[in-house]
Amino acid sequence: MTDFVEPGGQQEEPKPTFHQKLERNATLLLVSSLLVVTVGGIVEIAPLFWLENTIEDVDGMRPYTPLELAGRDIYIREGCYVCHSQMVRPMRDEVERYGHYSLAAESMYDHPFQWGSKRTGPDLARVGGRYSDEWHVDHLMDPQSVVPESIMPKYAFLADTPLNASNIGDLVATHQFVGVPYSAEMVEQARLDVAVQADPDADWDGLVERYPGAIVRNFDGNPALTEMDALVAYLQMLGTLVDFSTFEPDASR
Amino acid sequence: MTDKRIDQETGTETTGHTWDGIEELNTPLPRWWLWTFYATIIWAIIYTILFPAWPLVSGATAGILGYSTRGEVAAEIERFNASNADIFGSLETIELAALPADEDLHRFAISAGESVFRNNCSQCHGAGGGGVQANGYPSLVDDDWLWGGTLEDIALTVRHGIRNEDDPDARWSEMPAFGEILEDEDIAKLTAHVRSLSGLGEGDADGAVLFDENCSSCHGVDGMGDRFLGAPNLTDVIWLYGGSEDAVYESISQARFGVMPPWGERLGEAQVRAVSAYVHSRGGGEDMAAE
Repeated sequence: MTDFVEPGGQQEEPKPTFHQKLERNATLLLVSSLLVVTVGGIVEIAPLFWLENTIEDVDGMRPYTPLELAGRDIYIREGCYVCHSQMVRPMRDEVERYGHYSLAAESMYDHPFQWGSKRTGPDLARVGGRYSDEWHVDHLMDPQSVVPESIMPKYAFLADTPLNASNIGDLVATHQFVGVPYSAEMVEQARLDVAVQADPDADWDGLVERYPGAIVRNFDGNPALTEMDALVAYLQMLGTLVDFSTFEPDASR
Repeated sequence: MTDKRIDQETGTETTGHTWDGIEELNTPLPRWWLWTFYATIIWAIIYTILFPAWPLVSGATAGILGYSTRGEVAAEIERFNASNADIFGSLETIELAALPADEDLHRFAISAGESVFRNNCSQCHGAGGGGVQANGYPSLVDDDWLWGGTLEDIALTVRHGIRNEDDPDARWSEMPAFGEILEDEDIAKLTAHVRSLSGLGEGDADGAVLFDENCSSCHGVDGMGDRFLGAPNLTDVIWLYGGSEDAVYESISQARFGVMPPWGERLGEAQVRAVSAYVHSRGGGEDMAAE
């Protein structure tokens, strides 16, 4: 094999321009494209972390009680979010059906948030207080017993499954770590608070002091602390925390 | 790399790129496309001036039109409320007893109430108001009322609910769990007597005495119930938690405690009255005068 020599002889290649270097170097091109795409993300997303009006200043929002937090974990574990959104959009028909549109402040302690975009079942952002505990228990155990046209699956096992509260302190501490303002006392008392909330005969003064407005009830009507207690406690709290009598919408939203 | 030149065949300039002797034409974009593209850029700039757009340090630019999603939904709700203001106003102020006589308003109330019912009430009371008897969700289409069946009574129930902790004016009564008071044997006798009041099974003489001593203060000597206390009529073969021996035994032993949430704040007075008119019209509504 001999080297192929162009008929015209060796030509002097002009010095490559910047764009030519970029085009001919795959890694450089990849990194540069990534940088360009990132600009879009930074411009759209980053300001939301610093803009002071992203999360409204509202009264009443508090971190979830340990029992509500445990219920929220069950909500996520069972994939409730697959069919139920938690986001009343600012449109008249939604407000008429579900109540006041959702605020960013209402999910500021959610990690991750449960807004969702698909509704096979109704939105749950304001389900709290809408039905009795008994209804929730009946409905979760056998949805068709109360709503014959429902296609929701049965979750009867929740009523027989004792709530595993052994890790509740860690759960609260983890939420504290990611920025939910739980106090050291709340983390310390979590193990007690989780049981007290479902037992009206217990001493729940401390719980209500730590979590103003927390509902103390035997949610499933059964003396044992079950996953049903936790889930119903969570559902009955949804959308009830913010005091809308003092809420004023920001003009630029 | 060759120089740009005008291609003889097409009369178009080349890009100056050559690959193995093949040159590339620098065909210009169609003018309509190019101008549309420029127009969209100009529109984008105008848009960011008119509408909320640019993020600044502590907020975003508001846009000179003053548009906001939340402002818009508030305005739309306001517009609908204004267009309904007259009829809602009449509904809110009319004496409930006089509502059935005002034919137009009554018709409006019933059809508005039907929407309210489907959205808020049907989950427990069923899409047609049939309830889930035996599960504790009363049927609203019969004439058996726990707390009263006049428009006023129904509206009060809807407004404040039953046995809930959210509304201090909620209707309230609580039957004791007789499992903690009476012997099992006595509860069995009571069960037999209570069922016999509705013509089910053989009665029990001891049960009748026990009923007199323990139950008659609320359910009445003859078991006809007391609406003031929400004590059900036990003689009508309508059972809120089932009429089988087991179900009645459980009702006496554990007691029942059906809860209904208050709807006054959530719905507002006009909708409370509308849904009451709807429920009242379902078949069992009672006249005020008859009370």
